[in-house]
Amino acid sequence: MRNFDYIRPESVPEAVAAGQVPGTAYLAAGTNLVDLMKGGVATPERIVDITRLPGLSAIERLPDGGTRVGALVRNSDLAYDPGFAKTYPMVAEALLAGASAQLRNAATVGGNLMQRTRCQYFTDAVSPCNKRAPGSGCAALGHATRIHAVQGWSAHCIATHPSDFCVPLAALDAVVEIAGPDGARAVPLTAFHLLPGDHPERETDLRPGELITALRLPPEAASFRGHARYLKVRDRTSYAFAVVSAAAALTLEADGRIGQARLALGGLALKPWRVVEAEAALAGQAPSPEAYAKAADAALAGAKPTGEANAFKIELARRVAIRALAQAAAGTPARIPALPASPFGIV
Amino acid sequence: MTATASPSNLPAGGIRHGSSIGQPLTRRDGPLKVTGQARFSADNLPPGTLHAALCVARIAKGRVTGLDVAAAEAHPGVVAVMTPQNAPKLAKDPDAKDGPFTFRLDLLQNDRVRYANQPIAVVIAETLEAATEGARLLAPTYAAETPRIGLDAGDVFTPPSVGVGAPPAESDGDVEAGLAAASKTIAATYETPAQYHNAMEPHAAVASWDGDRLSLLMPTQALAMSQGRLAGLFGISPEDIHIDSPYLGGGFGSKGVPAGPQVLACMAARLVGKPVKLVPTRSQMYGPMGHRGPTRQTLRLGTDAAGKLTALDHHILTASSSFDDFFEPAGRATSTLYASPALAIRHEAVRLDTGTPLFMRAPGEATGSVALESALDEMAFELGMDPLEFRLANYAEVEPLTGKPFSSKALRECYRRGAEAFGWAGRPLQPRQTRDKDGFLVGTGMGTATFPALIFEGMARAEIRADGTGTVELGAIDMGQGAWTALAQIAADGLGIGMEALTFRMGSSDLPNAGIAGGSGHTATAGGAIHAAAADVIRQLTDLATNDPASPLYGAGNAGVTVADGRLTRRDDPGRSESIADILKRAGRASIEGQGKAGADPAAQAAYAMHAHGAVFAEVKVDPDLGQIRVSRLVGAFAAGRVINPRLVQSQYYGGMIWGLSFALHERAEMDPRTGRFLNDNLAEYHVPVNADVPALEAILVHEDDSVVNNLGVKGVGEIGITGTVGAIANAVWHATGVRVRAMPITLDKLLG
Repeated sequence: MRNFDYIRPESVPEAVAAGQVPGTAYLAAGTNLVDLMKGGVATPERIVDITRLPGLSAIERLPDGGTRVGALVRNSDLAYDPGFAKTYPMVAEALLAGASAQLRNAATVGGNLMQRTRCQYFTDAVSPCNKRAPGSGCAALGHATRIHAVQGWSAHCIATHPSDFCVPLAALDAVVEIAGPDGARAVPLTAFHLLPGDHPERETDLRPGELITALRLPPEAASFRGHARYLKVRDRTSYAFAVVSAAAALTLEADGRIGQARLALGGLALKPWRVVEAEAALAGQAPSPEAYAKAADAALAGAKPTGEANAFKIELARRVAIRALAQAAAGTPARIPALPASPFGIV
Repeated sequence: MTATASPSNLPAGGIRHGSSIGQPLTRRDGPLKVTGQARFSADNLPPGTLHAALCVARIAKGRVTGLDVAAAEAHPGVVAVMTPQNAPKLAKDPDAKDGPFTFRLDLLQNDRVRYANQPIAVVIAETLEAATEGARLLAPTYAAETPRIGLDAGDVFTPPSVGVGAPPAESDGDVEAGLAAASKTIAATYETPAQYHNAMEPHAAVASWDGDRLSLLMPTQALAMSQGRLAGLFGISPEDIHIDSPYLGGGFGSKGVPAGPQVLACMAARLVGKPVKLVPTRSQMYGPMGHRGPTRQTLRLGTDAAGKLTALDHHILTASSSFDDFFEPAGRATSTLYASPALAIRHEAVRLDTGTPLFMRAPGEATGSVALESALDEMAFELGMDPLEFRLANYAEVEPLTGKPFSSKALRECYRRGAEAFGWAGRPLQPRQTRDKDGFLVGTGMGTATFPALIFEGMARAEIRADGTGTVELGAIDMGQGAWTALAQIAADGLGIGMEALTFRMGSSDLPNAGIAGGSGHTATAGGAIHAAAADVIRQLTDLATNDPASPLYGAGNAGVTVADGRLTRRDDPGRSESIADILKRAGRASIEGQGKAGADPAAQAAYAMHAHGAVFAEVKVDPDLGQIRVSRLVGAFAAGRVINPRLVQSQYYGGMIWGLSFALHERAEMDPRTGRFLNDNLAEYHVPVNADVPALEAILVHEDDSVVNNLGVKGVGEIGITGTVGAIANAVWHATGVRVRAMPITLDKLLG
């Protein structure tokens, strides 16, 4: 590992000041960053350790009915917070379906948003990769694997975003609160992660020196609590990234029809894949396999494989979306299943 | 090891006084391991030790054209950079072969790259961090050539031998005639991918030189063989090499021979004149430490109308490296499992630009039985026969290829007990017939397990003392299988003393050579040597007593006494006995020492086929829309001769069955065919099962007596659990879905339909 300077600021303004120097990375739990540093993929010259910053570890219910989660809240703490899990059950389920218990105990909310892609050509530190070495090319093109994108990719990058947590957050219109040299600002999560386009090296909307301070769930996010599920298809039951995942949330009217619908898919693109047309197709409909299928078709519109190995993900994602919508319509279970988000996690 | 860290000083635990063999002792090393007191090789850092880090090739074929040695040397803390320019000259070309267990090693003798992750330099530094950064700063440049990756990439040839010295082709009868005469035939091709051992513990080494004497803390499955290999490379005597290997964090074959990086640690220590510790990273273990070679296997079966095999033909295509030979002997199970008047096995191979494959837990049987057990299942369905009935109809009463009788074979009982415990009866023959209450497809499948009962050369030393205590010692190895416990049980019984009176030593090259802990033959080998050494002691002790008129045993003759509970007792009169302590005291002896040997009995081997057997039954559930698979139940019934410790044996069966699940559903090394680099050389992406994937497991120990196989009547249990399980799961997935997946692992995309 390359030597680096280590700075431990006392406050958010101090951290932001320290973070403005080029070549600086913020360190929270380091579950992703430190691995990348060991592999020579991330080579920061300065590490600003934010783990002891005050005021970033609270889960607060806001007067407007929303919730603010500090950037340093640990994944496990958030998932097991009774109020949070009850209000945003699919977020809790996604958290518990991610990584391993040890990683969840360490990983933070803010860090999860900053998770880098697990594309093998990015993490091997030597292959051409436009994300790691802009302009060097994309080695994944020509040998795409099952982890590569089928939505939103470009000729310069076919990577996917690995997070489970971000998928239901995108569906619930979560907002990212950011502190920066020019003050505080807020960005919708759906606009926070950037598709690769011509500049895959730009991964988020964060500007140099900016620091995530909190995640906010707007008041209406709580209205889905009775009909919200996260479903994750994966190659093993735990400690595996999603092959494809879906967060589905509904409100049901008194007559049984769908009021509002939310649907976001994971494992397909460099950001959680949310299509408002898919959600609009469900509004006002009676819950039915046909209605789910229509929505799923809309969510997968324009999907295109990047190789033989991932073509199956399009049809699989369609089925996962349909299943997740059906599960959401059936109602949030009283308890998170023993195998969270698993197709076999039926309670 | 300090006194407190030695399992030999552990309390024996709640066992009955008397016979130790057959009792379910818990691991004597268990408390040390769970409390962190057991020191694995890499846990050691003797004073003054420097750290070494490997720089490995990121191409699979070509030459290294440049290393920025100056940059690495300039990094603070870096002490030396070892490259082909300055690497110590070896006494022997590491590519020279002097036996079937000598594998070619890449030891910085030239600039050639033969596979990805091949070591091309070693950086030695005061800290691990400095060494690691130094290795990065070397920034190698290459002249790369196009690598050959994948079974279709090379020219097919017939290897001179497969496995360790087995013939590439064997046959009995006329397969083509048998197929022509058959009323039903099938032909199917199955594939198994390259797999990596992925022992939790890396192939670490802490090496130090004192003149021409080498001390090594290093995990190895074979102490004396390691000494021999290192002695040859360094031009010193094996006796001048001391290796300590008290615990292994798994070996699975990959620690059966010294790995190149372990030798590099010795070279680095010689270069800098200080002790050096080298611990490869996980990804650096994908290449120089061996792997299970990929296979493509075609089975052709013919049967008569009654379901009796008329022909069984097994063709295997596998791969070795460009520069050395290890060919996965995937035909082995076929030679021994089912009776057929015509049987043919043929191995062919290609050479690829990868590291050399090696024996990996159940080499040959694991890969071969996937194809064989799947093909049996496919044929049973063609015949409209229950898969178990079909296997019973073709039960081999003698070993098919050789015609030899089995030394023992309780496979029928395994089938019966396994089927009964599983609830096999009444299973529908048609696939995709059953759903559970949640709508998941449910299927069941079975497979036969088999593994040869091997024994190697081994020696042991035993001593009994006038205070009634004893010592047994030998260079045996515990790689997690429980040798510290099971071998001590044999030792205690052999000397007729309780475990509390026994000092048991192993895991060091200073002790008598106990052979390799591999091939499921270590309990037979090391245990057999212990048994013989203890018998030698007791024979001498008996001579003292039975020739001494003062002894109540006088005149009983050597065969006329038995030993137990610290006493010799007349066989014909249990009332006449004398304690070991009294016999020695009266003879004025402080102790008696004995030696023992174990090894194959050529006459028995010529006359008998010796194998362990088993039957594995699997139940799986499959999501009909999403393809996700869950093994819900595994039941295995195994017969492997005498059971020394049922708890440990059961653990071995569990471990094997879980490995089989891993083979069936998870494991696959992925490489980019363009570069030969790995795409999943880490434990996040190279999947093995997690606890949540492991189903309800049941392992039934079927009684089997075998007076021929070896002096203890034991067969190995370390590998057999894999062999039936993979096929059982593959067959259950077919039964659940109607989809026959012939390429392992069975992943959800293959079931989407």
